[in-house]
Amino acid sequence: MGQQILKEIKINDLLTEVLKVKNEGYRLVAITCSSKEGLELTYSFDKDYELLNFRFEVDTETEVSSISALYPYAFLYENEIKELFGANIKNISIDFNNTLYKIPVKTPFHMKSSELEVKHGK
Amino acid sequence: MGNRTIVPFGPQHPVLPEPIHLDLVLEDEIVVEAIPRIGYIHRGLEKLVEKKDYQQYTYVAERICGICSFMHGMGYCMAIENIMDVKVPERAEFLRTIWAELSRLHSHLLWLGLLADGFGFESLFMQSWKIREQVLDIFEETTGGRVIFSVCDIGGVRKDISFETLEKIKKILTDVENELEEAAKVFIGDTTVKLRTKGVGVLSKQLAFDLGAVGPMARASGIEMDLRSQGYAAYGKLDFKPIVDHGGDSYARTAVRIGEMFQAINLIRQCISLIPDGDIKVKVTGNPSGENFMRIEQPRGEVVYYAKANGTKYLDRVRVRTPTFANVPALLETLKGCSLADVPILILTIDPCISCTER
Repeated sequence: MGQQILKEIKINDLLTEVLKVKNEGYRLVAITCSSKEGLELTYSFDKDYELLNFRFEVDTETEVSSISALYPYAFLYENEIKELFGANIKNISIDFNNTLYKIPVKTPFHMKSSELEVKHGK
Repeated sequence: MGNRTIVPFGPQHPVLPEPIHLDLVLEDEIVVEAIPRIGYIHRGLEKLVEKKDYQQYTYVAERICGICSFMHGMGYCMAIENIMDVKVPERAEFLRTIWAELSRLHSHLLWLGLLADGFGFESLFMQSWKIREQVLDIFEETTGGRVIFSVCDIGGVRKDISFETLEKIKKILTDVENELEEAAKVFIGDTTVKLRTKGVGVLSKQLAFDLGAVGPMARASGIEMDLRSQGYAAYGKLDFKPIVDHGGDSYARTAVRIGEMFQAINLIRQCISLIPDGDIKVKVTGNPSGENFMRIEQPRGEVVYYAKANGTKYLDRVRVRTPTFANVPALLETLKGCSLADVPILILTIDPCISCTER
């Protein structure tokens, strides 16, 4: 399989790095979020089957710039992360305002299953 | 500027196998914009990693979707195998490839039938699904299931296919190929089908790339991208090239999928002739620690499996980026400027799998 590269970046360098890879002909593959204490965002790009990943950690308060101005189709990934994890992503080209999946509980992926069950009255 | 109206399309519609809603902004009968609304079948399956251990999660991954079931299981298993550095036996790699290509064949046949149903060609719809029944029968004989197989496992596969059954599969595929040739003549050559698909929903190569299209949607626009060429499972030992068309329209997407069906039959024949004897599974002990992005080529395109493990039996995160999720922006672009009557065909040509999209 193609090479996988992981590069830790600072949140302020996100747009610069993304612009660089766009100019080099990379396509956006996915934006992944995982949460432990805060949120870990990973932006994955592909060129000739090489997967380049940019990663940074952020909390739910800090603003993250949307990359949808550079990659228009990023809006779906960013809306999903915003709704499921509560990431504070700003200036998304098409912002569903947390109604992409229409989930009754706020940020369900940013809480433990046990907390989710309490909210649902189980 | 003509009068603008908003016409809701879905979530229930005769051509939609699964619910998706589009608000179509129309000027007279021409679509100027389409606004998607999803979330009708979001099940939060990725969150289940907190409750199912990494071995149990194989069953969850398979159930993300009924059409792409086997490849979801395979992609997940391969991500975990990469983290744990598990070497799958060669026979198991070939068996996975056989089931993966049979999955591609049945998925494309299902789609062909839905496309025919979409433009009202009911007999062609029935014929496509009749051909598909033979593939489902192969699944039932080899795995015990027609839709969800539960045959892929971390370390290999759970069931073997005997030499006699492999020979039987070759005979069945000859019949499938002959019947498919007859159906393909209609899809490619019939005047009414061409009228409904040629020049409809054109997506240029540059636009397909800029919008992140994957799979047959991208290959029909001239982008030669197929993850199988990276050689995962047994694909590295097989001889094939991605099926590419440059038309960029619905007709080109149909032609690419028909080409991939014949290619799938050829790949299965190659696997049957090359499959070695040996074990079908290695014992996997311990828990995974680390992370991996595993990408495979599903019938609809590139699927990304991200798994993050912490050394315990419960994973920190599983993230599945499915091909329909990637193709939705390209769909919205092809809808702009099309006639209202062409909307069902255009939605079908991305081969939408909403279960995969929403998980």
